[in-house]
Amino acid sequence: MATTSIAQLAQDLRARRVSAAELVQSALAAAQAGAALNAFISLDTERAMLRARSADAALAAGNAPALAGIPFVHKDIFCTNGLRTTCGSRMLEQFVPPYDATVVERLDAAGAVALGKANMDEFAMGSSNENSAFGPARNPWDPERVPGGSSGGSAAAVAAGIVPFATGTDTGGSIRQPAAFCGVTGMKPSYGRVSRYGMIAYASSLDCAGVLARSAQDCAHAFAAIAGHDPRDATSVDVGTSDYVAALSTTLKGIRIGVAREYFGAGVEDGVGAAVRAALREMEKLGATLVDVSLPHASLAIPAYYVIAPAEASSNLARYDGVRYGHRCADPKSLEDLYTRSRSEGFGAEVQRRILVGTYALSAGYYDAYYLRAQRARRVIADDFGAAFEHVDLIAGPTAPTVAFKLGEKSADPLAMYAADVNTVAVNLAGLPAISLPAGLSGRLPVGLQLIAPAFAEARLLAAGHQLQQSTDFHTYTPGAAA
Amino acid sequence: MSAWQPVIGLEIHAQLSTASKLFSGASIAYGAEPNTQASAVDVALPGTLPVPNRAARGKAIAFGLAIDAQIAAHSIFARKNYFYPDLPKGYQISQYELPIVSAGTLPVRLDDGRTLKVEIQRAHLEEDAGKSLHDVFHSATGIDLNRAGTPLLEIVSAPVLHSAAEAVAYMRTVHTLVRWLGICDGNMQEGSFRCDANVSVRPAGSEKLGTRTEIKNVNSFRFVEKAIEYEIERQIRALENGESIRQETRLYDAAHHRTRPMRSKEDADDYRYFPDPDLPPLAVSADDIARVRAQLPELPEARRARYVDALGLPEADATQLCVDKATAEYFEAMLAAMPNEAKLCANWVLGELAAALNAAALPVEQSRVSAAALAALLARVREGVISGKTAKDVFGAMWAGEGDADTIIAARGLRQISDSGALAAAIDAVLAEFPKQVADYRGGNDKLLQFFVGQTMKRTRGQANPQQLNALLVEKLKG
Repeated sequence: MATTSIAQLAQDLRARRVSAAELVQSALAAAQAGAALNAFISLDTERAMLRARSADAALAAGNAPALAGIPFVHKDIFCTNGLRTTCGSRMLEQFVPPYDATVVERLDAAGAVALGKANMDEFAMGSSNENSAFGPARNPWDPERVPGGSSGGSAAAVAAGIVPFATGTDTGGSIRQPAAFCGVTGMKPSYGRVSRYGMIAYASSLDCAGVLARSAQDCAHAFAAIAGHDPRDATSVDVGTSDYVAALSTTLKGIRIGVAREYFGAGVEDGVGAAVRAALREMEKLGATLVDVSLPHASLAIPAYYVIAPAEASSNLARYDGVRYGHRCADPKSLEDLYTRSRSEGFGAEVQRRILVGTYALSAGYYDAYYLRAQRARRVIADDFGAAFEHVDLIAGPTAPTVAFKLGEKSADPLAMYAADVNTVAVNLAGLPAISLPAGLSGRLPVGLQLIAPAFAEARLLAAGHQLQQSTDFHTYTPGAAA
Repeated sequence: MSAWQPVIGLEIHAQLSTASKLFSGASIAYGAEPNTQASAVDVALPGTLPVPNRAARGKAIAFGLAIDAQIAAHSIFARKNYFYPDLPKGYQISQYELPIVSAGTLPVRLDDGRTLKVEIQRAHLEEDAGKSLHDVFHSATGIDLNRAGTPLLEIVSAPVLHSAAEAVAYMRTVHTLVRWLGICDGNMQEGSFRCDANVSVRPAGSEKLGTRTEIKNVNSFRFVEKAIEYEIERQIRALENGESIRQETRLYDAAHHRTRPMRSKEDADDYRYFPDPDLPPLAVSADDIARVRAQLPELPEARRARYVDALGLPEADATQLCVDKATAEYFEAMLAAMPNEAKLCANWVLGELAAALNAAALPVEQSRVSAAALAALLARVREGVISGKTAKDVFGAMWAGEGDADTIIAARGLRQISDSGALAAAIDAVLAEFPKQVADYRGGNDKLLQFFVGQTMKRTRGQANPQQLNALLVEKLKG
């Protein structure tokens, strides 16, 4: 199964060449074998096998839904009824939700079989997975390196061939950057396209649920299951979805790709820039036109993001107070003591840092200087994209400025870590969809090409990725067989 | 005139009478077992999201229209951040910079006959917090989240009230209005209608506002009046002693009729308000407004004016009839049955009916005598079947459940003698019995007429039609 596409697996299952139980069993075995990657926080073996058997029954009866029997893993940020959901935090180590997130419900309804919950940076805050309370996940290409974050476990599990796809979330690059670091395809949809209900909030105006898989085509299959309006999320948008799988056949002919000057700036490693330009030349060969574009306010994205996201986080994480659920300190002496110790013990350093930054940015006397200015920067950044999309259909650049870095390399320097998000955060600030596609290697490590589309044009992204992947083999590189 | 002018503004919290909470589907019914009406959203479990209640929006629009205010096409929900155990999310969803209702006015009638036009700065939607139960568990505080998320409309007046009496008159007018509109049940015991009062005093003639104190969570008209009166006196006394007023929150102590400081606002809490990213702007279209307007009842002030101008009722009657909608509707229902008897109907609603309801401690909606039944009784009075005096007895019997007016009149033989033949015979008998008095009367002693009325009534066991009796007597006594 390790490299078989979802479409092929679905055919094999329907032809009874393989059973869902066999697929799920072998995925669980691969998860065990890959335990050193620390890609999983929880495995849900028993229920996975039960679901596999009911998928087999549906397949035998001929009424199986699209993803029946396809194994996958959820980022541990999606609430799963009856299965603990930690969000990578000590705070929620014992938290068992009494409900499913909409994304969980929809993938269940599509018949996909969740093996368990993937490792992640605590509360999705991080770019390396080193902020997980359950230890860092590791990059299958080099276990001394980070898989990226925050959806590091999801990316590692897909890259290691354990599952054909995984769910992830992306607030500032948390799907795309780990996809790039692990050599897989990851798509962050438009804000509002996928319900946030039951997805534990980090920064509500930026958080997006999406998918990581081995190809754009596999992403299309998984994304089709989760996209669409949900009345339980007031920010979910009621804009019609497309047949994302059928749309994959749209060619690149006549597609104008804007190559964003600012995304090839000083911090971008030569090998990364070269790989991305080479991939873009492949797209040109397939009929796309490359156009030079500028996003003049790109440099505002990191500072704006690191005000807005922590501000929202400081409020979103106030509910973890030790009163109703989650970690509570032993023997509190007073209400103040209960709050202080529960939160100091329950939250890791990066989460505490962002809560402090966010609280400061929202404080009386600082609100205008930080939060309001960041919101103005956000509008300007969105306007840059709007102006660029008057001339091009897609905007391209490297997903991350570097390849996967070593564990511990940046953990002492938060600002260096934040810089890893330089090309991804603007997309969240503008609410746009973007995809990271494998674009070959720099040295022995994968490089990601990021394509950005106008809001709700996910089909265009998936098709562009698929067309590239039809005529190149970057996405088929696997850690073991690195070229 | 006093050397000091009090300045008062009220923040009234009216709980909106929706079926469910402002952002979740949980019920808001009062009195359920603790935490049985708290959904995952109300408990603020991770990943849950607020979804605005459309009914609450409609009720806020209705209030805005009733006070002739601006309704924002897009109002913004904001988060008010603070930690408290009965505040599950660590923030309250409220409206801050852009409320749904702004810049309204409400005419308020004062007891002295003046009408105050009170400016209402804003009315915004917000959710209530839960309740901390400090006296249920030994050495622990219980948390009941049934109330968490209950929809409130916070109605903020400008600081334009200048006495406790004005403040209470304003509060009563708002209370009448929200119940009239059907947007709040107004139940003050259950906390559905409560208020915070901001009070300051300044030297008479000064434009500059003095330092204010805020009296929190007062839930009866009497207490609001007492608390404000106390606070005004306290502040004047302090200022006259050369002290200054601390800006602070105070609590009203009903047992001792005084206010005491709750917490100082000098290091004022910083609520870190910001727009709630989980909630898009609350949109209200012109169509939405038109729909609510079409459903809006005739407002109390308009109806009061109509009772005076079109029905010719005295001001006092009209005002009293419009104190609550149910009373006014009762009156309207009677009027439908006897359109030309507004004054008679008003007299009975404000007289016998009000007294009976009061004695039984019942709201008019639960009156034991329906408007139709009361109208039928009054019709018998107008037809001369019974006298007004007898009607009061019949009403008493109706209230006691003895049946409708006609049944009781028949059963008790209360029908007036309006048959002029029978009446004439009775009068003749009386005149024959008292020849001396007849002679005296005819000799000029007019006062004796009442004596003959009394004697004839006695002979007819009170069933003589008084007007007819009078007329016949006068005629026969002329000789």
